[in-house]
Amino acid sequence: MAGGATHQHPNYMLIFWWLLGLTVLEVAVPMVITAQVPKVALLVSMAVAKAVLVALYFMHLKFEKKLLGIIALTPMIICAFLLFMLMPDSSWRWIG
Amino acid sequence: MSQVVTAGHGVVDTYETPLTPESWGKLGMWIFLAGDAMSFGALLAMYGALRFGAVDWPNPAEALGIGLTAFMTFLLICSSVTMVKSLAAMQDGDQAGCVKFLALTVAGGIIFLGLQAYEWTHLINHGMLLAENAFIIDSTGAVVGHWHEGMTLAEGQMRASGLFGTTFYMTTGFHGFHVFSGVVYLSYVLVKAMRGGYSAEDTNGIEIAGLYWHFVDLVWILVFTFVYLV
Repeated sequence: MAGGATHQHPNYMLIFWWLLGLTVLEVAVPMVITAQVPKVALLVSMAVAKAVLVALYFMHLKFEKKLLGIIALTPMIICAFLLFMLMPDSSWRWIG
Repeated sequence: MSQVVTAGHGVVDTYETPLTPESWGKLGMWIFLAGDAMSFGALLAMYGALRFGAVDWPNPAEALGIGLTAFMTFLLICSSVTMVKSLAAMQDGDQAGCVKFLALTVAGGIIFLGLQAYEWTHLINHGMLLAENAFIIDSTGAVVGHWHEGMTLAEGQMRASGLFGTTFYMTTGFHGFHVFSGVVYLSYVLVKAMRGGYSAEDTNGIEIAGLYWHFVDLVWILVFTFVYLV
């Protein structure tokens, strides 16, 4: 993959094939694996891999200054906090 | 006070720090996207929290059209590729190529919106509304029938949660609105590119628009995974 020079582009088509392959695999997983935990783990990891590919290569994060990477990563960490903090609440349900 | 005004032009020279960005516009877009990511994160966290504690949640694979949505995912990925290729074309000085790929990106977005509208219409006609649901499910979430007014349900069967529709329409609707905004934004960039508003030295506007579009694609990848597949 090329560096930050504008005349050397990363191999975008290669990234496309990776994204396409991961999408096909993602659609196949719920049909093949029914056990909830491995299914969710596989799907989430594949989705994150696709998101990282788009962010690093299409959004050029790999070739930018570190600051942009920090700005992009921070909401992910905060969202993870949000998810874990909401988990105890999901045991409360409206009855009636 | 007048001394401060007359002391000089009052202009501070900008200087490079490790935090100075090459493009303020790009930094601004990234900061906006960080906030937008929080909004979508909140929607997906809400979806997870509601679904995790629910007993009457239908199986998305049976309630929603996975095939069509998989194609929509493929379409957005392709539009991301055409977007980045349009930027690469302009950086190489190829204005015609840039315009072509931008037009393809806009077309991809419009087709995505059309397919989303079709999917919504199909689901609404099948009784999946914003606050109520006409699917009958069993205890495993498998869709076993359609509820009508006055119907009595068999043992172990229940009407699917109305929250399924609420979370679905809110999340995909919020994303669809982003796609629509992206189409409008990219149309402006397309017209400007056609009029020669960008050059190989000045591709900042295209790059910033591209960041927004890739973000929309990235969010869809996550929405598709969590709402349709999990």
